[in-house]
Amino acid sequence: MEDMSQYPTELSGPDVPMVRFMSVTKSYGALTVLDSLDLDVSEGEMVTVIGPSGSGKTTVLRMLMTLETINGGVIYVDGKPLTHMEKNGVLVRADAKYLRRARSSIGMCFQHFNLFPHMTAIQNCMEGPVQVLGLPKAEARERSEELLSMVGMIDKKDQHPSRLSGGQQQRVAIARALAMRPKVMLFDEVTSALDPEVIGEVTGVIRKLVAEHNLTMLMVTHQMGFARDISDRVCFFYQGKIEEQGAPESLFGNPQRERTQQFLSAVKAAD
Amino acid sequence: MFDWRWDFAFEILPRLLQATLNTLAAAGVGYGIAVVLGLVFALAQRTPSRIVTMVVRECVEFIRSTPLVLQIFFVFFVGPQFGIRLSPWVAGMIAIGLHYSAYLSEVYRGGLDSVPKGQWEACTALNLSTTKTYFRVIIPQALPPSLAGMGNYLVGIFKDTPMLSVIGVAELMQAANAIGGSTYRYLEPYTMVGIIFLAISLPAAGMIKLFEAWVRKKLGMN
Amino acid sequence: MSYWEFLAQNAPRYLDGTLVTIAQFFLSAMLAVLLALTAGLMKLSRNAAMRWTAGVYIEIFRGTSLLIQLYWIFFVLPLFGVTLDKFYAGFVAVGLNLGAYGAELVRGGIQSVPKGQWEAAYALSMSPAKRMYRIILPQALLNMLPPWGNLMIELLKATALVSLISVTDLMFEAKQINGSTFLSAQAFGTALIIYYVFARLIVTPFMRWLERVMARKLGRA
Repeated sequence: MEDMSQYPTELSGPDVPMVRFMSVTKSYGALTVLDSLDLDVSEGEMVTVIGPSGSGKTTVLRMLMTLETINGGVIYVDGKPLTHMEKNGVLVRADAKYLRRARSSIGMCFQHFNLFPHMTAIQNCMEGPVQVLGLPKAEARERSEELLSMVGMIDKKDQHPSRLSGGQQQRVAIARALAMRPKVMLFDEVTSALDPEVIGEVTGVIRKLVAEHNLTMLMVTHQMGFARDISDRVCFFYQGKIEEQGAPESLFGNPQRERTQQFLSAVKAAD
Repeated sequence: MFDWRWDFAFEILPRLLQATLNTLAAAGVGYGIAVVLGLVFALAQRTPSRIVTMVVRECVEFIRSTPLVLQIFFVFFVGPQFGIRLSPWVAGMIAIGLHYSAYLSEVYRGGLDSVPKGQWEACTALNLSTTKTYFRVIIPQALPPSLAGMGNYLVGIFKDTPMLSVIGVAELMQAANAIGGSTYRYLEPYTMVGIIFLAISLPAAGMIKLFEAWVRKKLGMN
Repeated sequence: MSYWEFLAQNAPRYLDGTLVTIAQFFLSAMLAVLLALTAGLMKLSRNAAMRWTAGVYIEIFRGTSLLIQLYWIFFVLPLFGVTLDKFYAGFVAVGLNLGAYGAELVRGGIQSVPKGQWEAAYALSMSPAKRMYRIILPQALLNMLPPWGNLMIELLKATALVSLISVTDLMFEAKQINGSTFLSAQAFGTALIIYYVFARLIVTPFMRWLERVMARKLGRA
């Protein structure tokens, strides 16, 4: 058993990050996917996670969304523990009720969109605000229409997902996540399932978000050019650890570690 | 045809049609029980508790692998042994409803399993509660793939109602048996019962297919 | 009277009934398989009369109830000069009924074999019969075995209805025991357990074993 007293029950001080991974470990049986990960993301920062498949990069996002439980360490969001809760002055594993409350500040977009197929675009966007936040329908509709306009999907608001292209579905999915007004947005390979010609629609929306909003964002992507353009910081994952991280210019322009160099040149060769 | 007496056939027709209404009522009530109880059985197999899952699973298997006619006798006769007297109708509805709930729970289970994992994850990401996740997202999607199975079992329960005659529920088979017993003519009543069953179950199967297509369209799925 | 005393007293009757049930099960299963293969293949025939005949058989036996069919065979058929002893009437009715359901499984199984297999056999200039027996049917059988497992359970359950024309099967004996002891829970409960054990410990494992054997033979294990 891990000694939980080493973890504070709450982060305090002047520089509390929006997200903090503290010695986070994740394993499936004997396979360790993430090994004692430490990572801070500041408010308003856009952090991109890159790395070869199986390096644990998607797991980072899934843990933050509480889709995966963690085996060690603690994740904090906005200074408060996400994966754990305080009990008699120490942290214990969070129960379902606590998790539900804690994860409300996080939104996520998926590789395969995961739109609800039996709801129209606008119904998808209104579902969370009405059913979870308890917003009146009119207000949720107004908010959803605003967001669908922002992602350029207002014309298709009454279409079911099956009638939309992949790029269109992903834009609706972004609007749906934003409708919950999250503090942290997670983008998990949101362009990987798309045809090349529609990738631009989705990256365009994300660019707009970065330019116009002060959202904290974590993104896993294979689009190196895109990552370079919009990230404040890039983390290169290798075998469950951050092998190297830094500003995009330095990581892409002048990688220090051999693994990073190998990965980047392999990606470049494949392009 | 051989020895077929039309006058007799017409004489007993009203009585058989009357009994058909009872058959339809029995099928309807039994199915209603099965639809609800089946969902309970299916959801009970998805609780975090392994023991609950195992026990429910075994109960479903037990109900599914033993004869309905035996279950009907069991429900009807076991009550009085412990001082509970059930009317044939009540016993019959319990037995047939319970029997088909086991089948429907398997249909629902297949439907629930067919909903992609990503849908559950999207619900987590939107922070929907478990109840809302089921009733607003998962069940509506599990329904269309379940409809074919549900429809088959609606026709199935209808075709199994003749077994209720063994405890004296006044449905079609019972009426035919009574007519045969009092007139010693079996050709007309049994043949007519067969034709009535065909005349209902064949169009019903077709209508269920249309209904299934309509629901899919209504939910905007393919 | 304890349950064990009840069992000891009635064991011979349960045993007799079980043996009759097993006999009914095997005979009707053989008939059902035979009819299912015949009608399933006929349904896919190019000859319209064959298709139509199979279709009528399948729709009539699937569209009405087994109980009606059983009574009709036992009570009405003699009027046409065909008299079957109750034991025969029992398994014939069950076999005819389940065979109609099985025919649909056979048809579906054959249709599930990819078109490329038909074309490959055609390209080898195989005769239609050879193509069916050597190429299509083995693959179709493997595809349809899982639903046949369920059908065999249905068949076992269906044999209980033969008690209603006084075949002395397990169901019949349970009723007799209930009538003589008035211990309904024990009388019917014991029969339920015997059916369950037979289904769960013999029929289902046998069908699973058959699936494995078939899969191995076809190199899909």
